[in-house]
Amino acid sequence: MTKALEDNDLVGTEVRSDEERLLDELGIFGESRRKFLGQASTTAFSILAYQVIAEQKALAFSETVSPESYETLENAVKVAFKVNGAAKSLEVDSRMTLLDALRERLGLTGSKKGCDHGQCGACTVIVDGRRMLSCLTLAAQCEGRDVLTIEGLAKGSELHPMQAAFIKHDGFQCGFCTPGQICSAVALTDEARNGELSYVTTDVRQKPRPVQLSDEEIRERMSGNLCRCGAYPNIVDAIREVHTGKPTDPLAMSRSAQKEEIDATV
Amino acid sequence: MAVKAVSAAGDDAKFIAGGTNILDLMKEGVESPTQLIDISRLNLTQIRSTTTGISIGALAKNTDTANHPLVRQGYPLLTQAILAGASAQIRNMATNGGNLLQRTRCPYFYDVSMPCNKRQPGSGCGAIEGINRNHAIFGWSDKCIAVHPSDMCIALAALDAVVKVQGADGKERSVPFAEFHRLPGDSPEKDNNLQHGELVTAIEIPKSNFAANSYYLKVRDRASYAFALVSVAAALDLNGNTIKQARIAMGGVAHKPWRATEAEKLLVGKAASEENFAAAADAEMKAAKPFEHNKFKVELGERAIVHALRRAANLKAA
Repeated sequence: MTKALEDNDLVGTEVRSDEERLLDELGIFGESRRKFLGQASTTAFSILAYQVIAEQKALAFSETVSPESYETLENAVKVAFKVNGAAKSLEVDSRMTLLDALRERLGLTGSKKGCDHGQCGACTVIVDGRRMLSCLTLAAQCEGRDVLTIEGLAKGSELHPMQAAFIKHDGFQCGFCTPGQICSAVALTDEARNGELSYVTTDVRQKPRPVQLSDEEIRERMSGNLCRCGAYPNIVDAIREVHTGKPTDPLAMSRSAQKEEIDATV
Repeated sequence: MAVKAVSAAGDDAKFIAGGTNILDLMKEGVESPTQLIDISRLNLTQIRSTTTGISIGALAKNTDTANHPLVRQGYPLLTQAILAGASAQIRNMATNGGNLLQRTRCPYFYDVSMPCNKRQPGSGCGAIEGINRNHAIFGWSDKCIAVHPSDMCIALAALDAVVKVQGADGKERSVPFAEFHRLPGDSPEKDNNLQHGELVTAIEIPKSNFAANSYYLKVRDRASYAFALVSVAAALDLNGNTIKQARIAMGGVAHKPWRATEAEKLLVGKAASEENFAAAADAEMKAAKPFEHNKFKVELGERAIVHALRRAANLKAA
């Protein structure tokens, strides 16, 4: 027994009723459901879905609550905000963080839960144009806010320049911190354009004007994003390229970085 | 209204603004407020000049405060201190009022399986005989040796700021910065002298002649994004090379921002020189009482005072 989904994007994609139930149970609705289905070929669907369930069971610290069953919520709070340009309306436990709302309720699992204590930056998202930590933000405080996550950076299949630069310069190894690094880096370039200062800026009293960031400035300004793989030199290369607008050769960059390091230790 | 709401909701209700500290403490089980009153959208974000100096709204974000032209130009010490703290993300979230009220990062305070008089009065102090590398060397008591964590507050202490506070009865009062935070004494559970339900509305900083000669030095285990082992806010009012006024406040050494009044006194009327800075720093640090693992803070503090003063006076390194 099969039934075609209404969505135009999915013409030709058919979902069985047991699969529908599965998606309901997973709390995958609307946009994320379409994305999910877009990624899964019909034949591979069940396997993929079961893998997701297994992952969620292993990873879920908080119960996944579907919007239909929010009568089970304690202290439910209604919140309407924009995520990646789309209006979202949720009823959440008043203690739920923005990170959990994004991941568990909206299926946007790009933002990562690293430390969950504001020490690693893996959960960095951009709220009303400013980078923030979604793990230390209550979803209930986001009424009317405009949230941009890693999922919202690319325009269709065209990557955001920062995403492309991270790939070009190999700005990651395991990739876990990468969504946070990229969101942070995107906001950083705006901050530099606005003339915002950092602790290593020498002339604090200058009038605000766009600043060209040295590597030292980039490192200081990215210090809220930890990378356990230690991809830092390549991350700095990627950010420098986007910030200056001057394409650089990754191999030449890494050689000069090595030289700098050797010089510094001598 | 928010003030009344917190007062009415009982002793365990709290305000929440940026949330960067309270949510972390709730996740750790250190704080468990029965209600949170969200004040983040109150209109207390203004930064403006006044007849006596500058007024900074309690709900202005740390980032906006540090980058405000009035602060950059007139109080660069405050800009530097704010930017020395936390990360860009956290400074974008954290408010000025919340910065004043953030709690110590003493690991024994954070670990609910450990005794801590600050978290649970009467349970003892894990740090006095424990790993006390990050702890106080001034003003501690046998109940608590935790240190105050803020960088911003160290600059505010040096600049003689005044905290504007509104009570549940709607009345405002002004608290000089030196009297805002407290030493632990017999009640380390109290970080400051606010009454329950009182709300910080603004911070006022008086006019001064320190803008041209100030520096905030932070010494920490990592180059960035770490709490201070020792920090020094130094500000000089110079007439030629003669010191008319000196202000020195230290972070990472006490339960509250520590004003180095001994050193300040010694510097007035003297030349801004390496020798005079060293003599003043030495006099201040003589009173330090370190513990097993933080003896290094005495020499570090002395050197940090000299270095910060040197930078404030634009002297070349000796």
